Amino acid sequence: MIAEFGLAALWLAAALAALQLLAGVLALTGRGEALAGIVRPVAVMQGLLALAAFFALILLFIGTDLSVKLVAMNSHSAKPFIYKLAGSWGNHEGSMLLWVTVMGLAGAFVAFVERRLPEPTMLATLAGQAFVSIGFYAFLLMSSNPFERLDPAAPEGNGLNPLLQDIGLAFHPPTLYLGYVGLSVAFSFAIGALITRQVGPAFAKAMRPWVLGAWIFLTLGIAAGSYWAYYELGWGGWWFWDPVENASLMPWLAATALLHSCGVLAARNALRAWTVMLGVVAFSMSMVGTFLVRSGILTSVHAFAVDPERGSFILALLAINIGGALTLFALRAGTVTEGKRFAVVSREGALVVNNVMLSAILGIVLFGTLYPLVAEAMGAKVSVGPPYFNPMGAIFLVPMLLVLMVGPLLRWRRDSFSRVGKRLILPAVLAVLAAGVLAGWSGIGVLPFIGIVLAAGLAIASLLPLRERNFRRTPLSVWGMVAAHFGVAVALFGMASESAFSVEKLVAVRAGEATEVGPWQVKLVNVEPVAGPNWTALEGVLSASYQGGDETRIRPQARSFWTPPQQTTESALLTRWNGQLYVVLGGEADDGRWQLRLWWKPFVTLIWYGGILIALGGLLALIGRVASDVRRIVAREKIADRRESQGR
Amino acid sequence: MAAIKPKHQRLVLLVIALAALLAAALLAMWALRSQASYFYVPSEIVADPPEADRAVRLGGMVETGSIETEADGVTMRFVVGDGTARVPVRFSGIAPSLFVEGSGVVAEGKLASDGTFIADNLLAKHDENYVPRELQDMNEHQVSQVVAETQ
Repeated sequence: MIAEFGLAALWLAAALAALQLLAGVLALTGRGEALAGIVRPVAVMQGLLALAAFFALILLFIGTDLSVKLVAMNSHSAKPFIYKLAGSWGNHEGSMLLWVTVMGLAGAFVAFVERRLPEPTMLATLAGQAFVSIGFYAFLLMSSNPFERLDPAAPEGNGLNPLLQDIGLAFHPPTLYLGYVGLSVAFSFAIGALITRQVGPAFAKAMRPWVLGAWIFLTLGIAAGSYWAYYELGWGGWWFWDPVENASLMPWLAATALLHSCGVLAARNALRAWTVMLGVVAFSMSMVGTFLVRSGILTSVHAFAVDPERGSFILALLAINIGGALTLFALRAGTVTEGKRFAVVSREGALVVNNVMLSAILGIVLFGTLYPLVAEAMGAKVSVGPPYFNPMGAIFLVPMLLVLMVGPLLRWRRDSFSRVGKRLILPAVLAVLAAGVLAGWSGIGVLPFIGIVLAAGLAIASLLPLRERNFRRTPLSVWGMVAAHFGVAVALFGMASESAFSVEKLVAVRAGEATEVGPWQVKLVNVEPVAGPNWTALEGVLSASYQGGDETRIRPQARSFWTPPQQTTESALLTRWNGQLYVVLGGEADDGRWQLRLWWKPFVTLIWYGGILIALGGLLALIGRVASDVRRIVAREKIADRRESQGR
Repeated sequence: MAAIKPKHQRLVLLVIALAALLAAALLAMWALRSQASYFYVPSEIVADPPEADRAVRLGGMVETGSIETEADGVTMRFVVGDGTARVPVRFSGIAPSLFVEGSGVVAEGKLASDGTFIADNLLAKHDENYVPRELQDMNEHQVSQVVAETQ
């Protein structure tokens, strides 16, 4: 019954999306003004129905209803509860249902609260959101029905890929999707503004909180995904330039650029066409990512099912949505009048650099991700990894970070370096100092060296906008900016430090033997078998001491799952304030020795703390913006009330 | 820094942005040609070996009886073959659990001057659903042939 209810809710939601599009178009073209009133309620209903369908799927997974094909294929009655829950989105159909749910809810949220824009623009925006949604509803209902029945019911389920049975990963997809799909709102706003030719500060101010919201989730999702890859894969790295990672990075880069150009448009009414373009590009990158990940043209833990029909379907959706949006942009860009002008040395100028550099990095990542696919079509099998991405990205990242130190100090419209020059002495001194200290260290690569020096300078420079400010009067959005930029410095320092100072050791030891890695002494006590609810494992018991201090037990495992049969390594991490000890248990050598792979990674955790700081900065800015908007609306209402009472 | 004629600012911005993106595209193409890591099967490595310092990937079947562990307990040597050619491989590290003789493997690394492939990383089959892409294709064309010859 639940499955049928879910399917019915999904069909109804799709029908409402069609109605939302139709009513919006009719109202906009003047053939049904009466319909204008139903667009918002329909959008809200559509979102709620999609949510109901998603809840139905969750119920099916929690109850392990094996008469539903998707549950039988991806779940198992012996699985822990949390993974039954997470299993509902840990597969192709379920994750696409999550996609349309987020998309429907985002549209519903916009329809419910957004009152700042002129009504025609809102109608066009909600119609645009409905248009994109319909495509994904069709995809779900025609080629990826999550509620398909299995007759007869399976006696037992197939289980969930053990790599995905991890608490961090249980919440990684929903977080990432809130960001990924949340960007559809920016896309729809851009479409709406293009249709009604209402590109201006009001549009930017209305769009900015939505972009911020999506961007916060995207930032957290990427950070969580990176930490998962770091400890779950057992390879010691935290970013592999895997196409799947790139698929999440590309929308983030576009959204970051969009966020900054939105600021210019809102404050100074400049970069108008460019901001609209970025709104289109950001969600386009989400869709490109989905195509790469879900079409089966890549093999990865994310490519759940290889089905050419699905790939073609997403490709068609991609072509229609992106092609349509770009055509609309080409037709209307000429009518978007030029914004206010500004000098090269100005806040706007710095933000242009930010935007151009982020776009260039986006281009670099996109090229590197698509190149293997193009090459394969021409008969060559290649893969593209860090030797391409790291230096190529750095070429554009370094100038961007240099400008980031100055940009927030510059005034809008026109400024001079001589005015801000003095304030930059402190960061410059710190950067030179860092360079001096590092120069004494041998064997540091060029990129980590630049990274640490830049991080040192940026850490101070990012705090400068707070100088000479009354802290209590500093707007939250400024605190947010400072936190996010400081977070960039923190994350950059973590990345550079991990790359420059990591110590790795690969040994085979007997029980009772000890080894050293960096400042750590690690002794293998013994190796014992342990069992979990759906796995058995060999667990290494090790005692680790930092510089001869207290001993701490750590227990890395080599796990064997039986549904489906698969092995995973569970690395053991020991975190100190200044880094992490990372231990992986390998196989047993013939003579009773056990393979151990150990790393000491100084300050590696700063990578993710930096990511959290960046997201926190976004959150502060979001709260600040929304609060000031609310204050303004309340003030306006008060004035209106007063006028009314005076009029009487 | 000379002030830009304000009249043409939009055009100038556009040109700068396009120039930067074009530069990025050209750089990317150049770097991709020199940095992309190509996939080889043993017969290709033997016929036309890659330059000594170039990162490449080697895919094939681990020959039965060829895995040997060195005295340090973490370095192993084995031979990867495709039925026509054989390439000796050296790998230091923890091998994936499904890395066994007679099954497919993709090794990432470099070819040393003595003809040994120095692997930094081994990719083996995870399970039926997660097979390295190159091995998937090989299963179709080559595996049956390889298996027939080794048996």
